[in-house]
Amino acid sequence: MSDQTPTIPRFRSPSPVAWVIAVGFLAFFLQGLWAADMSLDRLQRGAVNLARFLGQAMPPDFSNWYGIADAMWETLNIAIVGVTFGCLFSIPLAILAASNTSPNSVVRSIARLVIAVSRTIPDLIWALIFVVAVGLGPLAGILAIIMDTIGFAARFYSERFEEVQKGPSEALTSTGAGRLSVIMGAILPESFASMTATSLFSVEKAIRSAVTLGLVGAGGIGVELSTAMRLFRYDDAAAIILVVLVAVIGFEQLSSSIRRRVI
Amino acid sequence: MTPPDPVLDVRDLHVSYGDLRILRGVTFAVGRGEGVVLLGANGSGKSTLMRAINGLAPAASGQVSLDGVPIIGARRAPLRKARRRMGYVFQQFNLVPQLSAFQNVLFGVMGQRPLGILNCLNPVARGEDRERALECLDRVGLADRAQHRPTELSGGQQQRVAIARMLMQRPSMVVADEPIASLDPKAGREVLDLLWRIVDDEGLSMLCTLHQLDLAREYGDRVIGLKDGTVQIDDTVERIDPAGLDGLYDGATRPEDATESKIAAV
Repeated sequence: MSDQTPTIPRFRSPSPVAWVIAVGFLAFFLQGLWAADMSLDRLQRGAVNLARFLGQAMPPDFSNWYGIADAMWETLNIAIVGVTFGCLFSIPLAILAASNTSPNSVVRSIARLVIAVSRTIPDLIWALIFVVAVGLGPLAGILAIIMDTIGFAARFYSERFEEVQKGPSEALTSTGAGRLSVIMGAILPESFASMTATSLFSVEKAIRSAVTLGLVGAGGIGVELSTAMRLFRYDDAAAIILVVLVAVIGFEQLSSSIRRRVI
Repeated sequence: MTPPDPVLDVRDLHVSYGDLRILRGVTFAVGRGEGVVLLGANGSGKSTLMRAINGLAPAASGQVSLDGVPIIGARRAPLRKARRRMGYVFQQFNLVPQLSAFQNVLFGVMGQRPLGILNCLNPVARGEDRERALECLDRVGLADRAQHRPTELSGGQQQRVAIARMLMQRPSMVVADEPIASLDPKAGREVLDLLWRIVDDEGLSMLCTLHQLDLAREYGDRVIGLKDGTVQIDDTVERIDPAGLDGLYDGATRPEDATESKIAAV
């Protein structure tokens, strides 16, 4: 080794920006810990309370099975109706939002904004808004699921449209076909498998959302759950949670088996 | 060479991508029933020329007209009308992979039916269109594969389905952009035989890019050689000078690429 060979330092000092981010993060984290008033004493009491809850919840009380089943059915109704309309509305919106199918950049920006707003506002907030608009009950839940589905499905549909290979749509364009015909004849068939997968994910997501929407009065099994919790009938609550668990897992299995067949 | 009754007339066509000037004043015409082979090195602008002729690539200036109807600068409706009369065969076949061969052929009339696709999907298409689609598949020898998807067919078969789609369109002019470049030599020759036979039988005009000089001489009536974005050779096959053809592939494709080929030469 000659004298000129540089030595390589084992460590390098992080950049000033990295320092600022690291210190800022640490400060925010510690302030958060302090604000949450975390103490060993509270955690201990929490554990005791949790044990008492579990004690009262076991065994789950299925005596109100009819009411639970009815509410679960309503939840599935909300999810399926909402997600169906959501996916249907997503298709035209995605066509307007994708760069290769949108008529012009103004329409595209507006469509993207609509999709972004539907996605950024959480489903529970949509439900609160629609409860104000149409009153308590499943209709508010359906509307909330529609908005939530649009934010998710329209985004993935439009991304899929943009990935589609250009050749087939160019071939149809070269025959003198109109834009909509080209989209329906080449781009939609090419995106079909991916759109089916996205739609099935939307259904899974919608069932999970529909369960919680009841907590703000938008219909479904969440209404039963929040009532049971407020009346301290933890054994009822446990039964409801178990039913939800079975329904969600059951649908996830069903949807993944459909997905395997389509793709 | 200007044919007396041109179907396709290209005048002083310029096409640029950004600062890159691909076509620099291309002028030629294709007569009725004439078969023209377009030759040129990679990057000489062959594909761009084909795409500009169909209005798929935007032209900077110049004019292309099909049967006297202008294509460059045309509004959407007249452009679509002109495109209906031009059958386009692509190097990559460009069939819709999720749909059957039959449905892909039916799409050939998409531009000619009111409501477009709503009148050429298999369940709702007119009886005569469905019959004709099957006839077209029969012409290319694939009537028994009508229900197959493109992915279940070989490359040569896929190109034959694409030719059937072109035939379905009842064009007056066929534009084929390296129709056999993705096929092996045997399948390529079969497809080229079929394509040229159909063009002859129907009395269509043809503009076809190829990479093989021997095939160009064998199939074409006339050869156009493209270099540096301009027409360098335009003559009948009998009178073409073999040395001139080789010259198309010598040196830099575009003047500004000269340094690149110098490096390559070193």
